[in-house]
Amino acid sequence: MIRTEEMLLNVGPQHPSTHGVFRMVVKVDGETIVEARPVIGYLHRGTEKLAENLNYTQIIPYTDRLDYLSSMINNYVLVHAVETFMGIEVPERAEYLRVIMMELQRIASHLVWFGTYLLDLGALSPFLYAFQEREKIVSLFNEISGARLTYNYMRVGGVKWDIPDEGWLTRVQKFIDEFKGKLEGYHTLVTGNEILQARLKGVGKYDKETAIQYSLTGVNLRCTGVNYDVRKDKPYSIYDRFDFEIPTSEDGDLWSRYLLRMAEMEQSRRIVEQALKQFPKSGEIMGKVPKVIRPPEGETFVQVEAPRGEIGVYIYSKGKPQPYRLHFRRPSFINLQILPKLLVGENIANMVAILGGIDIVLGEVDG
Amino acid sequence: MDFFLNQELNLINFLVFFLSALALLFIVLFFVMYAIYGQRKILGWMQGRIGPNRVGPYGLFQTAADVLKLLLKEDVIPAKADRSLFLIAPIVAFAPAFAVLAVMPFTDRIHFADIGVGLLYYIGISSISTIGVLMGGWASNNKWALIGAMRAVAQMISYELPLVIAALGVVLMAGSINLIDIVHAQQNMWNIIPQFLGFVVFFIASISELNRTPFDLTEAESELIAGYQTEYSGFRFAFFMLAEYTYLFAMGALVTVLYLGGWYPPLPILGFIPGWIWFLVKLLLYVFMPFWFQATFPRVRVDQLMEFAWKVLLPLSLLNIVLTAFIKAVF
Repeated sequence: MIRTEEMLLNVGPQHPSTHGVFRMVVKVDGETIVEARPVIGYLHRGTEKLAENLNYTQIIPYTDRLDYLSSMINNYVLVHAVETFMGIEVPERAEYLRVIMMELQRIASHLVWFGTYLLDLGALSPFLYAFQEREKIVSLFNEISGARLTYNYMRVGGVKWDIPDEGWLTRVQKFIDEFKGKLEGYHTLVTGNEILQARLKGVGKYDKETAIQYSLTGVNLRCTGVNYDVRKDKPYSIYDRFDFEIPTSEDGDLWSRYLLRMAEMEQSRRIVEQALKQFPKSGEIMGKVPKVIRPPEGETFVQVEAPRGEIGVYIYSKGKPQPYRLHFRRPSFINLQILPKLLVGENIANMVAILGGIDIVLGEVDG
Repeated sequence: MDFFLNQELNLINFLVFFLSALALLFIVLFFVMYAIYGQRKILGWMQGRIGPNRVGPYGLFQTAADVLKLLLKEDVIPAKADRSLFLIAPIVAFAPAFAVLAVMPFTDRIHFADIGVGLLYYIGISSISTIGVLMGGWASNNKWALIGAMRAVAQMISYELPLVIAALGVVLMAGSINLIDIVHAQQNMWNIIPQFLGFVVFFIASISELNRTPFDLTEAESELIAGYQTEYSGFRFAFFMLAEYTYLFAMGALVTVLYLGGWYPPLPILGFIPGWIWFLVKLLLYVFMPFWFQATFPRVRVDQLMEFAWKVLLPLSLLNIVLTAFIKAVF
């Protein structure tokens, strides 16, 4: 029998497909992975520790920088935690604005995933197509919040800005209308492609039990048939007013994760469409909030469905304007744990596909 | 050219050959420059963006500017690289790409060497590039480069087989492996019609031989950083690129000669247009295809690539020979 020599390979932190500053130390036999060890921490900024010295409004910009592809939702989870903790009422108009923002953000995030994932698989065009659409969302966000990546838009009790002009809603509507056709275009170009299907079907497979054991959430969990989505199971904001589905699949492979994210974009599109129809013509965008936000003594944990899964905020308060302890349950960090298990026995090409299939954002992994 | 080729070698002959080779080199360089420009423009068009448009009118001098930039770049050689191998690898990769053009008949008058074993020469010489790639990957002393080089060798050797066997169908049709004879045999009907199966196999295998999407595994940037080229920078990197695009030219010419009727027009009434224009049109049509694929296809996985060569293309190319032989025997 031929004896081969194993080789230690450093994948990242500068590797083009490690999605930021992720590093994997893999032992390969030829191109087959024998052992994989993820190394994280290259982007660690100590958000949770910093939060202990800041008041709650000051923490919001830090959430933007955690998962920079889902800043709106990260904003929301923090203010939502404080609101539930203190029992603050949020005006209806603000709630609708929040939902529109969060669902557009979900589409934008999935678009980045879609584009970069196909880039990982060697296709460049979908990346450019996806970014053209994302650009439209980013421009809409820019108009309302003044920023293109770190929005800092949500506030405890409402949102910072109202719509810039009446035309803004029309522009959102226009985007939503056009996006349906674009999604179909992606399916024609990419989903139907034989090579893509051959690359994804049956790869990176795990079952329901494994997914639950690793406490995966989001698409990584739903691809194994578990129908869990915080928006449906523990409804927050005004999600109970909209008609939408939670796409699930039984297969648990890369292909099902791909299809689910594509389906989720369509569902988010539907939510925004309904939110625009129900949008209150007038009203406040800020509820009654005390000058100094000072949650009562005690602790709370609040979850929200982010594009990458369940993001949670744990606040331990001693009744001061600053949290005594603040912790984020970051979906990318938790979902990443299954990676070494999935990689053993795979090819290097599959390594890239599996890592991309988990959909991580390193700002969130490192915290 | 035939006049000089049939004479004994003397100083005048040598000068003629040397100068015409130089002229061909410039033609090839011109082609490479504008193939790269064309690729970027075509990709830009397909991807809804502009492409080069700043340097010169319509960005026409962009590639020239890029070459200048590459020339001025620092010449980096890794400290622990095998220096001599590292230095000659790009040359070994490029030289055969240019040498194969010697047997290419662009028209019945414009060609360099009219040798009896033209096709064999092309296939034999072009295989040498694999060694250049392997040398580059090995000498870099970089694990990514090594994996890339190993992949390149496996891929190029695997696809060489269906490529050659598919071309045998054409050889059977023409009864010769002289490329000029092969074109002459297509005067009435291009080989693409009777040899359609062979053409499909040859075409797919040729895309793989050129390392282009969806078979661009040797330099797969999302998997292997840049494969065998990882440690190459500046002009040495440019040399590998030059080899790649020269092969594109050579392969386009070969497909034109083997399947698309060489310099012959599609209809006899179009015969007033010079043969070299027809040759160029067909060549460019072939060159367009990899660019198109690049805009639409993801990359296959290395094991799928191998399976495809050995389990699909090879049997099909063998079937093509049997069918061709049968048809030749019956009709």
